Amino acid sequence: MYLKLIYKNIFRHKLRSLLTIAGLVVAILSFGLLQTVVHAWYAGADMASANRLITRNATSLVFSLPAYYRERIRALDGVNAVAISNWFGGIYKDQSFKNFFASFGVDHDIFFDLYPEFKVNPDELLAFKKDRRGAMVGRLIADQHGFKVGDVIPMTSPIYGGGTWEFNVRGIYEPKDETTVTRQLYFHWDYINEQMKKRFPRRAEFAGVFVVQIADGSRAAEISQAIDKEFRNSLAETLTETEKAFSLGFVAQTEAIVTAVRIVSFVVIIIIFAVVANTMAMTARERLAENATLKALGFGPGFVAGLIIGESIMIVAIGGVLGILLTFPVAAGFKSAMGSMFPVFYVTPQTVMMQVACAAVVGLLAGLLPSVRAARVKIVDGLRYVG
Amino acid sequence: MKIPFSYVFRNLWTRKITTLLTAGGMALVVFVFAAVLMLDAGLKKTLVGTGSFDNAILLRQSAQTEIQSSVYRDQASLLETMPEVARGVNGAPLVSRETLVLTQIPKRGSDRPQNVVVRGLPPMGLALRPQVKIIDGRMFRPGTSEIVVGKSISEGFEGVGIGQRQRFAGREWTVVGTFDGGKSGFDSEMWGDVEQMMQAFRRVSYSSVIVRLQERGDFDALKTRISGDQRLILDVKQEPLFYEEQSKTLSQFISILGITLSVIFSIGAMIGAMITMYAAVANRTSEIGTLRALGFRRSSILAAFLLESILLAMVGGVMGLVLASFLQAFTITTMNWQSFSQLAFGFHLTPQIVVTTMIFSVFMGLVGGFLPSVRAARLEIVDSLRAA
Repeated sequence: MYLKLIYKNIFRHKLRSLLTIAGLVVAILSFGLLQTVVHAWYAGADMASANRLITRNATSLVFSLPAYYRERIRALDGVNAVAISNWFGGIYKDQSFKNFFASFGVDHDIFFDLYPEFKVNPDELLAFKKDRRGAMVGRLIADQHGFKVGDVIPMTSPIYGGGTWEFNVRGIYEPKDETTVTRQLYFHWDYINEQMKKRFPRRAEFAGVFVVQIADGSRAAEISQAIDKEFRNSLAETLTETEKAFSLGFVAQTEAIVTAVRIVSFVVIIIIFAVVANTMAMTARERLAENATLKALGFGPGFVAGLIIGESIMIVAIGGVLGILLTFPVAAGFKSAMGSMFPVFYVTPQTVMMQVACAAVVGLLAGLLPSVRAARVKIVDGLRYVG
Repeated sequence: MKIPFSYVFRNLWTRKITTLLTAGGMALVVFVFAAVLMLDAGLKKTLVGTGSFDNAILLRQSAQTEIQSSVYRDQASLLETMPEVARGVNGAPLVSRETLVLTQIPKRGSDRPQNVVVRGLPPMGLALRPQVKIIDGRMFRPGTSEIVVGKSISEGFEGVGIGQRQRFAGREWTVVGTFDGGKSGFDSEMWGDVEQMMQAFRRVSYSSVIVRLQERGDFDALKTRISGDQRLILDVKQEPLFYEEQSKTLSQFISILGITLSVIFSIGAMIGAMITMYAAVANRTSEIGTLRALGFRRSSILAAFLLESILLAMVGGVMGLVLASFLQAFTITTMNWQSFSQLAFGFHLTPQIVVTTMIFSVFMGLVGGFLPSVRAARLEIVDSLRAA
């Protein structure tokens, strides 16, 4: 009965309520999208495995390490396997965000053994290993650019120069689950190295980073220190950290942007709060006489306050639920529209929970002041009031 | 006959809470909109201010950043002989051979190291950047492991106070001074002696060579001369254009993100304006009837309500701009993707941004107020007079 009264009240001003609900849908939806963008920023860190360490040059990532470190790291206790991974900085077509994907020269023999989250077809993997210019392409870029096995991908690299490099697509790897990033092209590190030997012998036999697989994730700290100790006071000192710390280090470089997006996502909630609060203030003002009548009939102040705050919550609930439901298809559309800019983009349960929480706060706060005023109004004043 | 402006103004004034809430919502949208434009302007100002049209920068062919580039000693010496290059006292060519590397320092209040540019340069390098001034301590001495740090670095990072030491490339480097780069990209760099850096990092080539031109117009002549020389496989660019390219990706990203956000948010604010204006029309139905009966035309009613909505939006616009102008006190430090290093830049409010922002808010008011105003204008005199 009570709920029905509130429900009827909402649709007394159809247009106003519909507009408010529409605003809520937009706000809750964009809040959800922004939270998802923030989440997508941390994509690489989510995928990181506890059993992988990254060893890089201690000065900074732009310096490489001698390739023979691979053997010395492999000889250390607790290390299962070591693979070179070398940022190629390849450019496909142009330098836009849309066409961007990562490209690495890796130890083709073992690299995919270190990354079980990339599901590969054994035949394709074999073909990749046999072809010096072969490449394995992630599902995301394969879909975006329509790459098929047998295609040739021309790329240029401002780091390695040498005009156009051509890679033969030998396989397409699939993601294990939705946290897996498949926006990378992997090819033979030997291919880069061979070219460097020919053209710039001084730059040959260098690796970007080493991916170190360890048997026991709980020994990560100890093994990292052992690796760094091995190369202390050498020409190229190393810094070894877990893959997660390595990825988070990347995110930290752009932390200001993430923080800004996060702040802005709450601004939209404040904007919609202002809109809903305004609606409720107007509603309460118009119903002053009516509420006084209710009180005169013997209904308590709690009843009147409940009507207003209940209406506010119900409006927000309708808008919020619609907004949350819409977040899923819109996020999917956004992902495909952005191409490969966000390799991992899906709405997490936490995001939905935050949407619900924000909606609840807006509903309660927006209804609070008008409902208190409605509860306090003196019957005489209320009855005397004309619009 | 027009409805006087004071009528419009007083209507907003009577409903203070509603006006404030609606304008407040719009103010926040305007704030976000202006903040993005200011950030982009700040970024451009910082990077463009880094270069001067008097200077040209030379990089290895097809290298896009100084980090990727290498220029050999013999190439640098050849450049010094070119007639377009200006000469200083004693005929010494105004040429700076520089090396650029990245090191990692933690930001203040965080333990995560961030990429920071270390630039090695000869004493001549300072002559080419007159905007750079030492504000604390002294300049590094050539031939020593001393460094000076830019203002943004000294303010935002750990362990770079005067007398403190930084360890990279197998050496300890002592910080001996802080310099002010005049709000340019140099504020986010650390400087030391180029030959010391080359030895420490075991490099045989420079990253870039900066030359001062005899006259600005000599750039094309220099470019032709260099492209005609087989020994110089180098790209030559005017400094400001080079730095503008450096910011392209980041600037593009900020604009796309910002414009998308503003558009989505403005929908919320326009709905807010619409609700307010519809309520204003509904509350004043009999008033509108009276006005019409007095002889005001439909078009005057339409204009009055549209004006009210626009005025409301402008109040929001001004509030948002005032809020946004406080942002100028802040500096943002984030990674510039192209140079792969941290760059500090501020929010910069230009007259053009003020105009654009006001146009944007007027547009919001116009769109939000249009339908309600049309409804007001279409009311029939008899019906509306009876409504009360």
